[in-house]
Amino acid sequence: MSRARDQYETHAHDVLVIGAGGAGLRAAIEAQAAGASVGLVCKSLLGKAHTVMAEGGVAAALANVATDDSWRTHFRDTMLGGKMLNNWRMAQIHAQEAPDRVRELERWGAVFDRTRDGRILQRPFGGHSHPRLAHVGDRTGLEMIRTLQDRAVASGLAVYMECTITRLLTDGDRVIGAIGYWRTTGDMVVFRAKAVVLATGGIGRAYQVTSNSWEYSGDGHALAYEAGAELIDMEFVQFHPTGMVWPPGVRGLLVTEAVRGEGGILRNNENDRFMWRYLPDERRHEYAETDSEASRWVEALREGRQTDARQPPELSTRDNVSRAIYTEVREGRGSEHGGVYLDISYLPPELVRRKLPSMYEQFRELAGVDITTGPMEIGPTCHYVMGGVRVDAETGASTRTGLFAAGEVAGGMHGANRLGGNSLSDLLVFGQRAGVGAAAFAKEVAPDKPGSGELALAGTELAAPFDHHSGTNPYRLHAELQATMQSLVGIFRTAEDLETAIERLGELRAKWATIEVSGPRAYNPGWNLTFELKNMLICSEAVARSALQRTESRGAHSRIDHPDPDPAWAKRNSVVSRDGDQMRVGHSRLPEMPAELRELITP
Amino acid sequence: MPVGRTHRLRHLRVFRGTPEDGGELVEYSVPVQEGMVVLDALHWIQANRAPDLAVRWNCKAAKCGSCSAEVNGRPTLTCKTRLSDLPEDIPVQVEPMRTFPLVRDLVTDVSWNYEVNRRITPFTPPEDAPEEAWRWQQEDIERVQEFRKCIECFLCQDICHVLRNHETRNPFMGPRFLVRAAGLELHPMDRADRTPYLRDGGGIGYCNITKCCTEVCPEHIKITDNAIIPLKERVADTYYDPVQVAWRKLFGRRSEGGSGQPIPGQPSADGS
Repeated sequence: MSRARDQYETHAHDVLVIGAGGAGLRAAIEAQAAGASVGLVCKSLLGKAHTVMAEGGVAAALANVATDDSWRTHFRDTMLGGKMLNNWRMAQIHAQEAPDRVRELERWGAVFDRTRDGRILQRPFGGHSHPRLAHVGDRTGLEMIRTLQDRAVASGLAVYMECTITRLLTDGDRVIGAIGYWRTTGDMVVFRAKAVVLATGGIGRAYQVTSNSWEYSGDGHALAYEAGAELIDMEFVQFHPTGMVWPPGVRGLLVTEAVRGEGGILRNNENDRFMWRYLPDERRHEYAETDSEASRWVEALREGRQTDARQPPELSTRDNVSRAIYTEVREGRGSEHGGVYLDISYLPPELVRRKLPSMYEQFRELAGVDITTGPMEIGPTCHYVMGGVRVDAETGASTRTGLFAAGEVAGGMHGANRLGGNSLSDLLVFGQRAGVGAAAFAKEVAPDKPGSGELALAGTELAAPFDHHSGTNPYRLHAELQATMQSLVGIFRTAEDLETAIERLGELRAKWATIEVSGPRAYNPGWNLTFELKNMLICSEAVARSALQRTESRGAHSRIDHPDPDPAWAKRNSVVSRDGDQMRVGHSRLPEMPAELRELITP
Repeated sequence: MPVGRTHRLRHLRVFRGTPEDGGELVEYSVPVQEGMVVLDALHWIQANRAPDLAVRWNCKAAKCGSCSAEVNGRPTLTCKTRLSDLPEDIPVQVEPMRTFPLVRDLVTDVSWNYEVNRRITPFTPPEDAPEEAWRWQQEDIERVQEFRKCIECFLCQDICHVLRNHETRNPFMGPRFLVRAAGLELHPMDRADRTPYLRDGGGIGYCNITKCCTEVCPEHIKITDNAIIPLKERVADTYYDPVQVAWRKLFGRRSEGGSGQPIPGQPSADGS
């Protein structure tokens, strides 16, 4: 039965923001404040976006705890953590503006934990040379999203909840809106806009073991790609070192880096503190030399005083710690359920419960483990994609006119590896800038009307899965995709695996076109998954092709067949774009950093 | 769901249906793995038996508050409810939250909550406060932080008998929004007064302190003791304390809390 519908509702705004996590909310608030009429669309209920899962904190050089911290050191840490592949201008803007964005959140009602003299408390995190993460226990993301949500609602902007966007509307040379459907009814809806901001987050649902919620299906990456915008650095997928490994239903669930920030120790099944063996030579001097120096550092942290002790080896960057854990497990030194042990139980139970309340609950209720008396079992989990829509650092403008992007969906800021805490600050800094950029652009252009052909095509796409009789089940296809990405495009990669993955993804794409869906359109998760699968397939192919092209190891991208960094690739961003039905993969020259910034990194 | 060793089958009775067809409980047998939660079982049913089974969920980590339902009659997050904690000799019964209008299967229309939320005067700090005023001690904000732990799962709204049994057609904002109001009222820098709104538009008087909301809160917020009772006292002090009444007559009120508009009517089971 054909379910194409002739009737649909239309909304018109100056700026349409797709996604209501930290970046989308911040962009919407800013565009509204600039005088634009703003529509904010989200797949879930308002306040449920992935930002809510962020735990450890938001990185900003407030210098409340370490008084010698500054934007310069934050910039340096970010560039070194990203293996110098970051867009230097984004990293600079981010480090300079993050403190103001955090203070602004406080003025809007956020209630961060405090220092003894009453200011915003900051905690240490991997790769940050100073305690820098403003936080609320281990539920910082919730605090951030609720503060932004309340601010956005009070500003009176229009929110469209439980609405999935399936296609951007274009008039040839610019983006003029978007089309999608209401999840609760399945009815089509059209949004006309002078500027569109993508703030849709990441792609983690393409992997089997992930910390990401179901929403993370790469929608914005795929929408941008389909509309003709460029994606960069898609090979860089971050595996967070510490996800739960047991029981099976929670495998991948995030264990915040704050556990290590508060002194958590990693050990293998021989009780060996293995991170000592994995510190990269060039940064070894930044870490403690002995267990006792690391203990002194933890002690000083607890007591809120300065120390000359250096940080524990567990606070190495995420790419490095993930590889270390993976290697320990592969070489037979793993825990009972295929992870390693993370132990914070040597600290006073009361302190653990106060600093890490969600972790305490999570392990007690989901794994039956009391983290104040024994170690956690953890292993790497797919967490974040550094790659994304290529954007202008100042405005968030993509390479497609009228289309902007901010947050995880945008590429460039984090280079080859993101530091913990830099994501929440990224959302605020570049959400705000994209809001300004989109509102300014909207002032300059006249509204445009979508062509009837595009609308009819979108309607047909929505109805198609109900007309198929292939027996192809969307859930099974999703499982096949996840197995492919997990086993062939994971932490360690080879040309052979990547070629196999690209071939399999082609087969899965062919199968996707035949997916059969049953039931009504109203709140039908199988039907909804079909459109998300399309996006995940595009993103997965972009990751695999970019990974095959980059014949070196850098940051989160580790090639067994090319184990070392290659100076030639140090100067290149991978670029993915659409060429008809084909995916084109190439590279472009990394923007040259000015000498005065270079000096901050290598004085 | 990851594939692992299958031990045995558990029987679930899941509500399927819409307001139009009235719905029914449908039985499914699900292979059980260690540590499995109710939401895992629902996902297994979607992938293997009923691809269109409507379930609202996001994080599966008890952080977003999307997967609220009634399991064996008790409002709970399905991502946090382990099958091994439920009685083995009877089928696990999974139904949508009863207080809100049904959309389909386990999904309800919770938009009424967002309407209520909009009526509460937002955070209102003084415009000219110096930087020094934004310093406060950890002890001074611990109660506010407790209230801000709320993940808006609406389980407290679901269990609240005033909302659930429609004991009044008059407005009652419900425990969730009393918690939000308490978080704002206790914020060290907030200067708005929401007391008039709590009494009138918010209907705080309808709460008779049965503490059901506290019992179902997955964040263990002491809703009744720490949020509602102090707010009730604040309202009582303002309206029934003769000194306060005289003060108000002489000097007028502080800024009115609430937008002054009535909240929309009770959520009703027929979806109207």
